[in-house]
Amino acid sequence: MTINLTINGKAEAVDADPAMPILWVVREKLGLNGTKFGCGIAQCGACTVHLDGKPIRSCSTPLSAADGAAITTIEGVGGADQDTDLTPLQQAWISEQVPQCGYCQSGQIMQATALLKETPQPSDDQIDAAMKGNVCRCGMYGRIRQAIKVAAGTAEPTVWEEQA
Amino acid sequence: MNDMSDTPAVEAKETPAKPERSRAAKWSRRGFIGAGVLAGGALIVGVGIRSGNPVGKLKPLVANGDGEALINAWVKIGADNLVTAIVPHCEMGQGANSTIAQMLADEMDVDWDNVAVMDAPADGNYVSQHTVRTFIGAGTIPDQPGQASFMEPTYDGLFTQVGKLAGAYITGGSSSVRTTGQNGIRVAGAAAREMLVAAAAAEWDVPAGEITTASGTLTHAPSGKSALYAEFASAAAEQELPRAPTTKTIDQFKLMGRPAPRKDIPLKVNGTAVFGIDGGSDLPGLRYAAVKAAPVVGAEVASMDASAAKEMPGVLQILNMGDFVAVVADSYWQAQQALGTIETAYTDSENSDASTDAMFASFTQALDDAGDTGGNDKADYGDATGALKDAAKAVTAEYKVPYLAHAAMEPINCTAWVRDGKCDIWTSTQVPLMARDGAAEGAGISADDVTMHTVFLGGGFGRRLTPEYTNQAARLAKATGYPIKMIWSREEDTAQDFYRPADISRFSGGLDEAGKCISWNNVHCSDDEPGEAPLIEFYDIPNVLVRGAEVHNPLRLGAWRSVAHSQHGFFIESFVDELAHEAGRDPVEFRRELLAKSPRHLAVLEGAAKMANWGSALPEGHGRGIAIARSFNSIVAEVAEVDMTADKPRITKVHCCADAGYVMNPNGFAAQMESGIIYGLTAAMYDEITIKDGRVEQSNFHDYRMMRMEDAPEIAVQIINGAPDNLGGAGEPGLPPAAPALTNAIFAASGKRIRELPVAKHFT
Repeated sequence: MTINLTINGKAEAVDADPAMPILWVVREKLGLNGTKFGCGIAQCGACTVHLDGKPIRSCSTPLSAADGAAITTIEGVGGADQDTDLTPLQQAWISEQVPQCGYCQSGQIMQATALLKETPQPSDDQIDAAMKGNVCRCGMYGRIRQAIKVAAGTAEPTVWEEQA
Repeated sequence: MNDMSDTPAVEAKETPAKPERSRAAKWSRRGFIGAGVLAGGALIVGVGIRSGNPVGKLKPLVANGDGEALINAWVKIGADNLVTAIVPHCEMGQGANSTIAQMLADEMDVDWDNVAVMDAPADGNYVSQHTVRTFIGAGTIPDQPGQASFMEPTYDGLFTQVGKLAGAYITGGSSSVRTTGQNGIRVAGAAAREMLVAAAAAEWDVPAGEITTASGTLTHAPSGKSALYAEFASAAAEQELPRAPTTKTIDQFKLMGRPAPRKDIPLKVNGTAVFGIDGGSDLPGLRYAAVKAAPVVGAEVASMDASAAKEMPGVLQILNMGDFVAVVADSYWQAQQALGTIETAYTDSENSDASTDAMFASFTQALDDAGDTGGNDKADYGDATGALKDAAKAVTAEYKVPYLAHAAMEPINCTAWVRDGKCDIWTSTQVPLMARDGAAEGAGISADDVTMHTVFLGGGFGRRLTPEYTNQAARLAKATGYPIKMIWSREEDTAQDFYRPADISRFSGGLDEAGKCISWNNVHCSDDEPGEAPLIEFYDIPNVLVRGAEVHNPLRLGAWRSVAHSQHGFFIESFVDELAHEAGRDPVEFRRELLAKSPRHLAVLEGAAKMANWGSALPEGHGRGIAIARSFNSIVAEVAEVDMTADKPRITKVHCCADAGYVMNPNGFAAQMESGIIYGLTAAMYDEITIKDGRVEQSNFHDYRMMRMEDAPEIAVQIINGAPDNLGGAGEPGLPPAAPALTNAIFAASGKRIRELPVAKHFT
């Protein structure tokens, strides 16, 4: 069955089982590997993408839900050049040195991007509520929180201490 | 066989004719240095070292248990003046390779933007000269193989021996910076810089001492001459090999000790980082495999009914591999769906009836049998049992911890392509050479014919030190004829781990009239790695007996972040806390007295206490707990603050003070402390792997919980550089104090002493 959707601004006709989760469509059919498989049951958020601007767990959302809709993945969240056209949030992720292994970070960034779109200057409680579905096994929650605030303009970028 | 001191092969091999423009290895005080020129004029300098013994106690991690660890690192100065560190470590989040590059840049006087780091490929480069040449030729300088033959003496003499140690290419034991970095790349960098200076001095006919280096440039101020390193790369290789290159002293550091931004982070915020699960995705004809192994250790697949699965869309092959079943399909989801319909029966094994209760009962029996003095002695000084009889007060306690899974974010996976007697592997592993051997066996070919592709690891934590999955994927690829991307479900990842051992630990301690601990007697079940984990010689207790009792484990065991320190940190620091309270002493004051002869420990303890403003008033129902542990040559104290006013503990803050000798990247180090603390608190709060009918009962993140944003405490990290010549690790040492700091804080806040983890069991 063919599903017509928009992926990162580009129209695509995807021939696949409409029950196939969007995660595997994106990775295997569309060749976009930035979105990650973590748990398969919407418990970790590593697979978070945007469906018509809203964050969803792509591992548990069938392709049929994307019929006529727009999917945005980490590859399309910034500008035309994936390597250099970074959003302020992505830039804050670098300046705060957020990732360790990095595997969850596509999902974290997609979730946080949606949060800031909805709530440009979120409180700590709002950050907790929005981000609690995204697991970081390296435990970088403090840095994720700080990077969101830096991108939101509610916190100054961290100045790392030097030593000699 | 692996004792390099009996292997004079390096010297002996220096005599055969060598290609022009290459330099033999030369033994320095610490190992050998070799140098040569690559095609295109790039200078390459390498260091191979037999280290003192820093990770020797981690026998499972360094393989073969010969007590030796080897360091090797190579530096390349390219024609474009870019300096590259080539190191045998994987990047799994710890950031060590970036820190190693930082150390290299500093030693070489190169700017941070002009240094790169490269994981040494595992396709035999530490084993065979052939692949070394392939690596340097084809990998570094395309289409010009054979240019690295100058390395032959070193590889013949040393690295072919290293090749027999599967663990020589290993990322574990919190060792990358303190071994490869400190003793390898810094020496290589200093040697390269000295050779460049010597080459410039010869060419310019000026004293070497008048030449300065900065930003990858050689300068002779009196004559006004100046040149990029690259201009002298070829000539540098002709210079005398420095026997003992002079590395920088701390006052000369420009990048070391600074928070240089990690090299890998930009790739991890825009989706371009290639992890194991992403590797090989473009292979022609790639198919996907979902697998389910026999759920009981020792069991095999007796029979399967795949009648429904074979009718499902996309399904290509269904295989009973004996130890597991697999479905190969056009998409992973199709394979997984079909796998779920297969009904499988398994053979019995000795573990088929295993249960958590029976396992712990057997542990208890083993401890009962060991009694007050039985079991394997791990420490015995003074007279612990005699001193206990004389003590004014005797204190006993028993602690219990469960099996734990690693639960890295990236589930186990492996992509294998077997064809024409060759095999290509893409997988996340901490031990590429061991993984390669497993793939070779699975594909039925020689390890030299297996190419391991370097990828980022989506977490390791010790799970990826046991790479049995490359064998599994290679077998599937061979059996099916397809390039196979095998992905374990989260459920399979949870059920087929190599688990952190469960343990029970019993203590009896004696306090004298003044409330000082004079006796310590401990017996526990785990087979400790590293062996120092249960030891407490930093505490000034005169009579100590520490013993281990042997037990049978019905699960596969493995190294889990901080290994045995993860259990013993909790045991020891819980009991010290109990002793303090029984003595009527403040826990910090009590430890301060015990640490009187361990100044670095004492400084760390006091640092953490000061950070937490220890002793100051807290709101009703809140409490502070402190714990200290030394692991991987780093000393870390943590104070946890908990709020017990609700129906369950909430961890509000963790103060961490750490002495790792000297920290090369304070921000990277702090990140590792933060990570170790969250990893430790996650397990302490929520997690246990339990067994019923021989099977693991947990399956996914709903029943094996992860700490999340809303539960994560604020963490502050303070660094003490207490021993600049004696570096400690970063990836693991933040973990051991976390659990006892938490449970000690719960006791301080509520009077409830948690002696069995996880904490959540006590607050349902």
